[in-house]
Amino acid sequence: MNKNSWILYIGLLVFGLVAPFIFPAFKVQLSILCVLIVLATTWNIQGGEMGYNTFGNILFYGLGMYLCASVQVGMFFPLAEWTESGGEKTFVHTPSQFFQGMAAGLVVAAIVPTIVAGLIGYAILGLRGHYFAICTLGLGVAAGEISGGIEIIGAGQGFTTPPFPNIGGLEARGEFFYFLSFGALVLTFIAVRAIYTTRFRLILNAIRDNEDKAEAMGIETMKYKITGWMISAFFCGLAGGIMGGLVGYIDSTDVAFDGREMGVFMVLMAILGGKGTLWGPIIGATLFHFFKEGFWTFFLGWQYVALGVLIVVIVIYFPEGLMGWLREKYPERFGEVVDEADRKAQVELK
Amino acid sequence: MDFLVFQYPMITIQACLDGLLLGILFALIAYGMALQWGVMNIINIAQGDLVILGGYIAYFMYLYGIHPAWGVIVSPIIMYFVGIAIYKLVINKVVDRDLFISILATFGISILFMQLMNFAFGADVVLANSGYGTTMLFDNNVVLPNSKIFSAFISIVFAICLVVYMKRSKLGRAIRATAQNARAAKILGVNTEKVYAATFGINAALCGVAGALISITFTIHPYMGLPYTIRSFMIVIVAGLGNLPGVAMSGMGLGIFEEFADYILGTEFRIGSVFLLLVLILVYRRFKLSRKREYLK
Repeated sequence: MNKNSWILYIGLLVFGLVAPFIFPAFKVQLSILCVLIVLATTWNIQGGEMGYNTFGNILFYGLGMYLCASVQVGMFFPLAEWTESGGEKTFVHTPSQFFQGMAAGLVVAAIVPTIVAGLIGYAILGLRGHYFAICTLGLGVAAGEISGGIEIIGAGQGFTTPPFPNIGGLEARGEFFYFLSFGALVLTFIAVRAIYTTRFRLILNAIRDNEDKAEAMGIETMKYKITGWMISAFFCGLAGGIMGGLVGYIDSTDVAFDGREMGVFMVLMAILGGKGTLWGPIIGATLFHFFKEGFWTFFLGWQYVALGVLIVVIVIYFPEGLMGWLREKYPERFGEVVDEADRKAQVELK
Repeated sequence: MDFLVFQYPMITIQACLDGLLLGILFALIAYGMALQWGVMNIINIAQGDLVILGGYIAYFMYLYGIHPAWGVIVSPIIMYFVGIAIYKLVINKVVDRDLFISILATFGISILFMQLMNFAFGADVVLANSGYGTTMLFDNNVVLPNSKIFSAFISIVFAICLVVYMKRSKLGRAIRATAQNARAAKILGVNTEKVYAATFGINAALCGVAGALISITFTIHPYMGLPYTIRSFMIVIVAGLGNLPGVAMSGMGLGIFEEFADYILGTEFRIGSVFLLLVLILVYRRFKLSRKREYLK
């Protein structure tokens, strides 16, 4: 790691720490951006590095959301009565209960999806190509439909998460959730960056490029695929838990297992930025968030139409994403050795 | 609830007959899916939304006082051109690309259609009343709406017509040749671009027929598309590409499964059980195939 990148990282970190105070009106948006970046980066571990295009990471996100809220409520109050009464009216969390519950909830929200990913990984990750994509799509929708039928977590009417406690008249809800999600983002970035410098990334790339050959080279591909999925599930669950508290209301198909929005967003963000790069999903998520907020503000009602068109256009015209485009344009910056004569010949051919 | 199914055979018979008639409709949609998958190697997530759009055409005829059964004729004609338009705008750019690209692109189309239909027709659950009455069987214990029987009959007629068309006509031969080997077909003078467009159009027309029938027998809603896509995908992978009797059989099997899931688990888990069944089938297939792979080693 050279000096320039240190300056970049420290600059971004400082910016992240002071951002809610510079833009106090956008605290919630910035928190959502952090969650989106976490989701895009972890999707990239499957879709970009491993070549397994999943729609199913939404499963871990929704699972984490429900688990975090359930633990936060269930630690102090009966869960069934909470959901039946619609939440806050009957029971009130004291500040210490709220924070204890949130901490325990986030731990559970990260651990349980990881275990679930490990358990179903052997069965699901054996599928190849489009079978995997459709299977994970089905998994996400099935989870949404089934959780919409379970009474104890609110069934069709939804689940209200505990409201943020009022500590001595101080309104710190936005800051609390911002720093929580920013912390998750920093944690994810450090973990993913650390992973990408090891042999693990090379193995994932080998699986993407030719799985049978990788197996023939003596790599136990299944073990690495499951590990990769478990890492994704860990951070997706964490992000889901935070998002649940941030939104304040969990609905089975519209918030938690929202394959139509979040499940597609994470794929789209990673593709927009460039699959298979560290920075691509981060840039993609940031760009996408700006686009999305623009659509949602100026074309209210038409946002899904815009989203559908956006998906088609991105997928057809920019399948390599921003980083892929830059890579083609400036290959030297990406550490590729270019033969000048060869490149000229190619340009002439075009 | 589950013991009821065994204590009262009439419920079992009712579920089986309902499922059978429903399954024939699913098989018709799945046939379209198998056609485009086999010929163009594309999985169309927007399949279900085409079905729903076809249903709305029949519903609109009903609103304007025309009997919705005529939708069976009108809807496929309109849907054929909708299919061609989608092909010209989007699909022809993703035909030769990675399969995931086509899945994602059609997913985008699906979201687009969903929302446009929501704007145009509203978010209400609607049905076109055909006024066909019901048939009572077994001392009035089993109730079959005549519209279901009608829809199953029409589905079979359309499926047979299509099979004959594929076997006999020039375009049908061209489509089959392209499915076998697109490059060789091109060399022998088949305009594959036209064949692809026609295939997608025929698929959309089949969806139109199925949609019109669904709007008569069941209900339609702008967001109900995805389950139909998943059902047809499931039917095709169970049957295998190019296995038409298999598609019919697995379609009926799925219909019966759904009716029983409805009775036993409750209506709120009906769609969920379909998606779970898809996951289970894919996982079963994966273990079966992996055994074969090990054997080959």
